[in-house]
Amino acid sequence: MAASGIGVSVRRVEDFRFLTGRGNYTDDINRPNQLHAHILRSPHAHAKIKKIDASKALKGPGVAAVFTGADIEKDQIGGLPCGWLVTDRNGQPMVEPPHPVLVADRTRHVGDQVAVVIAETRAQARDAAELVKIDYDEQVATVGLADATKKGAPLVWDQAPGNICYDWALGDSAVVDAAFKTAAKVAKVDIVNNRLIPNAMEPRAAIGDYDLAKGNYNLYTTSQNPHVIRLLMSAYVLKVSEHKVRVYSPDVGGGFGSKIYHYAEEAIVCWASRKLGRPVKWTADRSESFMSDAHGRDHLTKAEIALDAGGKFLAMRVVTVANMGAYLSTFAPCIPTYLYALLLAGTYTTPAIFCEVKAIFTHTVPVDAYRGAGRPEATYVVERLVDEAARVTGLDVAEIRRRNFIPRDAFPYQTPVVVQYDSGDYQSTLEIALKTADYSGFAARRAESAKRGKLRGLGLSTYIEACGIAPSAVVGSVGARAGLYESGLVRVHPTGSVTILTGSHSHGQGHETTFAQLAAERLGVDFDKIEVVHGDTDKIPFGMGTYGSRSLAVGGSALVKAMDKIIAKGKKIAAHLLEAAEADIEFKDGTFSIAGTDKKKTLAEISGAAYVPHNYPINELEPGLEEQAFYDPTNFTFPGGCHVAEIEIDRDTGVVQLVSFVAVDDVGRVINPMIVEGQVHGGVAQGMGQALLEGCVYDQKTGQLVTGSYMDYTMPRASDLPTLKVSTHNTLCTHNPLGVKGVGEVGAIGSPAAIMNAVHNAVAPFGVTHVEMPATPERVWRALQSAPKAAE
Amino acid sequence: MYAFNYHRAKSVDEAVKLQKSASEGSFLAGGHTLIPTMKQRLAKPSDVIDISGLKELQGISVAGGTVTIGAATRHGDVANSPEVKKAIPALADLAGHIGDPQVRNRGTIGGSLANNDPAADYPAAVLGLGATVHTNKRAIEADKYFKGLFETALEQGEVITKVTFPVAEKAAYMKFPNPASRYALVGVFVAKTKGGVRVAVTGAGPGVFRSADMEKALGASFEADAVASIKVSSKNLNSDIHASADYRAHLVTVMAKRAVAKANS
Ligand SMILES: Cc1cc2nc3c(=O)[nH]c(=O)nc-3n(C[C@H](O)[C@H](O)[C@H](O)COP(=O)(O)OP(=O)(O)OC[C@H]3O[C@@H](n4cnc5c(N)ncnc54)[C@H](O)[C@@H]3O)c2cc1C
Repeated sequence: MAASGIGVSVRRVEDFRFLTGRGNYTDDINRPNQLHAHILRSPHAHAKIKKIDASKALKGPGVAAVFTGADIEKDQIGGLPCGWLVTDRNGQPMVEPPHPVLVADRTRHVGDQVAVVIAETRAQARDAAELVKIDYDEQVATVGLADATKKGAPLVWDQAPGNICYDWALGDSAVVDAAFKTAAKVAKVDIVNNRLIPNAMEPRAAIGDYDLAKGNYNLYTTSQNPHVIRLLMSAYVLKVSEHKVRVYSPDVGGGFGSKIYHYAEEAIVCWASRKLGRPVKWTADRSESFMSDAHGRDHLTKAEIALDAGGKFLAMRVVTVANMGAYLSTFAPCIPTYLYALLLAGTYTTPAIFCEVKAIFTHTVPVDAYRGAGRPEATYVVERLVDEAARVTGLDVAEIRRRNFIPRDAFPYQTPVVVQYDSGDYQSTLEIALKTADYSGFAARRAESAKRGKLRGLGLSTYIEACGIAPSAVVGSVGARAGLYESGLVRVHPTGSVTILTGSHSHGQGHETTFAQLAAERLGVDFDKIEVVHGDTDKIPFGMGTYGSRSLAVGGSALVKAMDKIIAKGKKIAAHLLEAAEADIEFKDGTFSIAGTDKKKTLAEISGAAYVPHNYPINELEPGLEEQAFYDPTNFTFPGGCHVAEIEIDRDTGVVQLVSFVAVDDVGRVINPMIVEGQVHGGVAQGMGQALLEGCVYDQKTGQLVTGSYMDYTMPRASDLPTLKVSTHNTLCTHNPLGVKGVGEVGAIGSPAAIMNAVHNAVAPFGVTHVEMPATPERVWRALQSAPKAAE
Repeated sequence: MYAFNYHRAKSVDEAVKLQKSASEGSFLAGGHTLIPTMKQRLAKPSDVIDISGLKELQGISVAGGTVTIGAATRHGDVANSPEVKKAIPALADLAGHIGDPQVRNRGTIGGSLANNDPAADYPAAVLGLGATVHTNKRAIEADKYFKGLFETALEQGEVITKVTFPVAEKAAYMKFPNPASRYALVGVFVAKTKGGVRVAVTGAGPGVFRSADMEKALGASFEADAVASIKVSSKNLNSDIHASADYRAHLVTVMAKRAVAKANS
């Protein structure tokens, strides 16, 4: 193992600049002569725009322009495209409404972008925005998911009767129905996967800088996938040639999915920059982020599971209504379908599963992927069902899981919901987690808590997740309008140092460290001599970016392929220099040698020869040492694990405190254990937020965003968390060269279910069987108030 | 934020004059209420008159059974003051639970009382201890100072200069924080004073209020059990996404019980 190679907790190279304020974020960038944009957003959930009068605003100090939807239409600027087409259960395509970058006639959610005011300063733009007179004709809005499909509910889109975007199904309902008929017991849940607002530390920002001299667009933006933005914006929105557009995503302060999508502001600043001949900058303030970043989750689900007399799962039936918001965000349609229903087998052998998903339009902010994207929702459904199944059968929650796990020797395992798992060891993971969490000592801890007036609960979640969504041909066959490969380029410089260019994008994950470790290990180059470059479409080969915990599994694999090409070429050069047969050359720890001899050349010597080809097999080999690769995975990867949460409820107030949390995750090969631990920590914090604190609230009548700031939207704080006990029990991925699975989302996927199961466990003695997520103090208090039993 | 004129006053008198001559003048102390509202463009003062540095508004002193706190004294200074901790530990404890360290390092007692946010903490201590709010014009008893939602007895041109708190025999504050903002969803201050028991409730209603029932019960027996079955009416209490009026009413009892237990411990 190299000193900074695979398996070493190398300190993150990014942290020096992040922690000392030397990061370079989009808002840190200022272009000479730049103007500032302020977006005027709809104050109404649903309104007709009767008239916009910008004449006063245009006279405001420093104002350069006010543009509206009419200008967008005049310039034939296209709408934001959706990247996934879901076909419904009858073979019909989903309803795919337009998504204009500035709306011309009608607003469809609070925060919808109506006009842009551009001025010399940000303050002037904002001042002038108040002078724009917009005459709205307010309409009744469809807000709540439960009411959206009811007769008479206002339509978000005329072309979507009942506000249905698609009505999709997976599985064989007849087989499932038959299984339910033979069931000894049936367990049911009726649950809410609460809507979340992403809240990355850095709000979104964009600078459009049209270069008049060359006719090129430069976009600086807070994106997780700059090439995807370049493709979508150039081909569908601006309709300009892709080679004339450069998208640059410098340091990005967190994304969690919300920065995957192509947003209107990116196109607006580019278009306006060309029109005005000056750079145009826009930075969201926090309030704007709340009402314009795509939200996450928002499902209503009824699910049931059929069991035999021994507690074996026979079949599962899941009916979900998923909120799309007012428009289809870039990947929205695939989240409650292919990233959700395909996970419903969990870690269990349930032979038959049927799932129906209705995607619904409402007059709310679009909903798309948010850390976990579909998998936390699925995990919550499955793991709550499993605990309910334990309750109705009287089995211990660990025991019912043991009886239903896919056994270690059953891989590759074909689930009834399309996917085939490659590896896993669910029972061992459970046993390790139970031991770490001192499961057998729980009764004593519960008694001790009771003495202090606290109700203690323990909850498990033995979840599965799917990362590195792939292969391209398969995702294409189910509606993806993109490939899901990744690119990598490895450049060995003449003196032997290395630059790695990756199509992945790091916005907090630490790729600059992890990917350098891959190269240190494989090429035997000193860690300090490796630089990782990402986020600039002018520098790096076309890449798909970072989301779905795909960077290492897909992007890392592309780099391995590129490095293997470097090594293969190096062997040829070494064979020439050492006057040996290529087949006799070995490469190890950065050195090419003739097997069994002490004749050798270092990688630096080889690259020197490649760039100064005086003594070089020039007839057979090109000079230089630089290789590129694209990697298209053959399958998803399937991380999994066991999370054990322990909570205490204050009986008098209903406050739930997470007091202990154990995570044993299977993430495949670990490159940097410290980064893995950090990813799990962050994910668990967000999962705890979903379980206990966070919940986007709209006024059900007016569609106003009630949780529009930190005064009302509860983010997790350090004091809400105990010290997390995080470890891994890994089985290797069998189909990528590194054996890696992915760790970016596991924390957020497994933990909400574990915590909510713990809450249910704590209130079970009172006969309470349902507490809604998030388990806020008043909800828990009310559940206890109306409890059927007095307990004890 | 809209443009405004900034003044740094040299005395309270000058501050008052500056305000008088402005079309809409606002005093600025810690700025932790005023500046956020200006940033949101909800407040639009023509002139901002900074009084945070005025010597006459600073300082903490304890003498003759009275704790005196200058209006521009920051929450953090009250929280960490050895004198306050000794004389009225409940007051230091309350100040130490306002907002977060950044807020406590800027926000002032005068600003908090002038603003009288229904979810603010200090009003509970001022009413609960029967303190006196001193201004450049007069001294106002706590019972006459708070007038409901963001309303106080302060008149135009009136500046809070200091607050005097009588030292109580026993006192404690229990706060149930709003999970998002950490202001008081419900906060109860109980004090056993020379003049009798006082119970002040913040967060629950449109403004801080006293509970006569609880005061009576605790007057008879200053024990947690004495208030365990006393429920304030939920009729005029606040209701929002964090807590219904019923739940708030329930929390008042729970916090009162806990405050009494804490005061006795
Ligand atoms: C994130 C955050 C969290 C917070 N959490 C809490 C909390 O948990 N509990 C809580 O109680 N508060 C909380 N606050 C409010 C905080 O305590 C404020 O500091 C306080 O309410 C106002 O004090 P200030 O000195 O900042 O006043 P400023 O903002 O400067 O002024 C507020 C108002 O009072 C007037 N004023 C100021 N001083 C005087 C004076 N001497 N005489 C007359 N008028 C005056 C000003 O003109 C202005 O109208 C929080 C604030 C923030 C930003």
